[in-house]
Amino acid sequence: MTDLLPPEALVALVLSLKVAFWATVLSLPFGLAVAWVLARRRFPGHGLLNGLVHLPLILPPVVTGYLLLLAFGRRGVIGGWLHEVLGITLAFRWTGAVLAAAVMAFPLLVRAIRLSFEAVDPKLEEAAATLGASRLAVFVTVTLPLILPGVLAGAVLTFAKAMGEFGATITFVANIPGETQTLPTAIYTFLQVPGGDATALRLVLLSVAVAMAALGLSEWLARRVARRVRGL
Amino acid sequence: MLRVSLRHSAPDLDVAFEAPGGITALFGPSGAGKTSVLRAVAGLLTPDQGRIEAGALLFDKAAHVNLPPARRRIGYVFQEPRLFPHLSVAQNLRYGVRFAAPGSVPDEALLVDLLGLGPLMARGIAGLSGGEAQRVAIGRAILSGARLLALDEPMAALDAPRRAEIMTYLEALRDETGLPMLLVSHTLDEVIRLAATLVLMEGGRVRRAGPLADLLADPALVPVFGVREAGALLHVVVAGRDADGLTRVQSGAGPLWLPNPAPTGAVLRLRVRAADVTLAVARPEGLSALNILPATVTRILPDATGPGGTVLMECAGAALMARVTSRSVTTLELAPGRSVWAVIKALSVAA
Repeated sequence: MTDLLPPEALVALVLSLKVAFWATVLSLPFGLAVAWVLARRRFPGHGLLNGLVHLPLILPPVVTGYLLLLAFGRRGVIGGWLHEVLGITLAFRWTGAVLAAAVMAFPLLVRAIRLSFEAVDPKLEEAAATLGASRLAVFVTVTLPLILPGVLAGAVLTFAKAMGEFGATITFVANIPGETQTLPTAIYTFLQVPGGDATALRLVLLSVAVAMAALGLSEWLARRVARRVRGL
Repeated sequence: MLRVSLRHSAPDLDVAFEAPGGITALFGPSGAGKTSVLRAVAGLLTPDQGRIEAGALLFDKAAHVNLPPARRRIGYVFQEPRLFPHLSVAQNLRYGVRFAAPGSVPDEALLVDLLGLGPLMARGIAGLSGGEAQRVAIGRAILSGARLLALDEPMAALDAPRRAEIMTYLEALRDETGLPMLLVSHTLDEVIRLAATLVLMEGGRVRRAGPLADLLADPALVPVFGVREAGALLHVVVAGRDADGLTRVQSGAGPLWLPNPAPTGAVLRLRVRAADVTLAVARPEGLSALNILPATVTRILPDATGPGGTVLMECAGAALMARVTSRSVTTLELAPGRSVWAVIKALSVAA
């Protein structure tokens, strides 16, 4: 592998995997909560929340990145507080890349989980309640097992999206080799240097492979949730 | 003992009734509010006002008591089985056990046997027939440690043979477990076969409530049950079996014969539909009908429309009804106090 890819490309690949892993793991609980609220609750502001979740899908990624910089930069409203109270810095760090990737992938995650929630018949949850299950027990023993394949599908999509995130990442955390240079920003860099095309192409193929595998896995998991809800 | 009194605005309900043990049927046309009452008992609907008691206090608006469904221990069987698709039959059946109070769960092996679930236990739920799935749902409700079984038209979605099958299982449960049941139904034969107590509902109100036999024999309710279904209930004791295979039973008014076999000494309720009773003013001779009882006319109720009517009779303390035409009333000079012979063309055992 090392003769195929220069060390900085390998570093970028490993960082991308790390960023995508943490973006997926950390956004899952939030994705579950938001998807549940959107699928099962009707309240004033429902449309607003739905719009907000989907915003990163519609906004130019550079705008999302800039908004993240404004909010989570060291002088930003949230970023300043994080820095001073918790000692966490996000801007221009790999942790910031995690945040950018998570935000950009969030609409995909929420959509996948929300569809799974909507496929679960609330009548089953009602039946569980009459059998003595508390709300939490109903969620853990009925709802969650039924949506699990959908959640996994959403997580796979999130991972793939996080692997490929470019615009918001480069705006929010720049393109620092070894710190914030992910697979896509590395491809971008290799394309800028003379003779880097070959390496860029190899990284491109790697990206395509990861994306295709993730998409296939996610489709398969989505079919599983449909079968499971029908009791097959 | 179940005590329900509740008022609600949407849907409009103003309902109060009491039910002793056994099976109590909430009977009435669609939209009468039967299911809403059942849902209120189970805690799936919170009434605006009222009080619900089933062994323990479940709901009391004035006292701010409102147990959540999970803590009411009302085993609810819905119209559709609502089995959990990710669990096997056995796992579905045992779903409620882990939430039940210790000692409240009946013996599983006994219940599996009673509901004929043995061969199904290891299977997934996808291949179950409608009747099988509903039996699993009934078992699941009972194994959750239910103190009352709430049956919301559990046979409505089934074809006639499956319906008959579920009724047989419900009868067995009623007789073997003694678990009180509240059954929503708009099918009279279900109610007559299973219930001991009837709550007759109409437009969100209780029209009448009481022992089934009393209500079925109530002439004022003939329009509700329909002229085909109205009829008396006779309580009889099985006296023995004749050589030709007929079962001899003793009623207050004399012996009757049934084609159905029954153990000697058993107490049966026989349903005598008004449409199956013919009247004669003299003791008839040369009839094929075996069951002929002397009776006294107490009232004659002409139908609101049409040339028919219902004759009410007293027969050694039991009430009997007969459907007649108004022409027969005139030619036989039927009037209260007249002695007649009631020729019973058909009898059925009403459990």
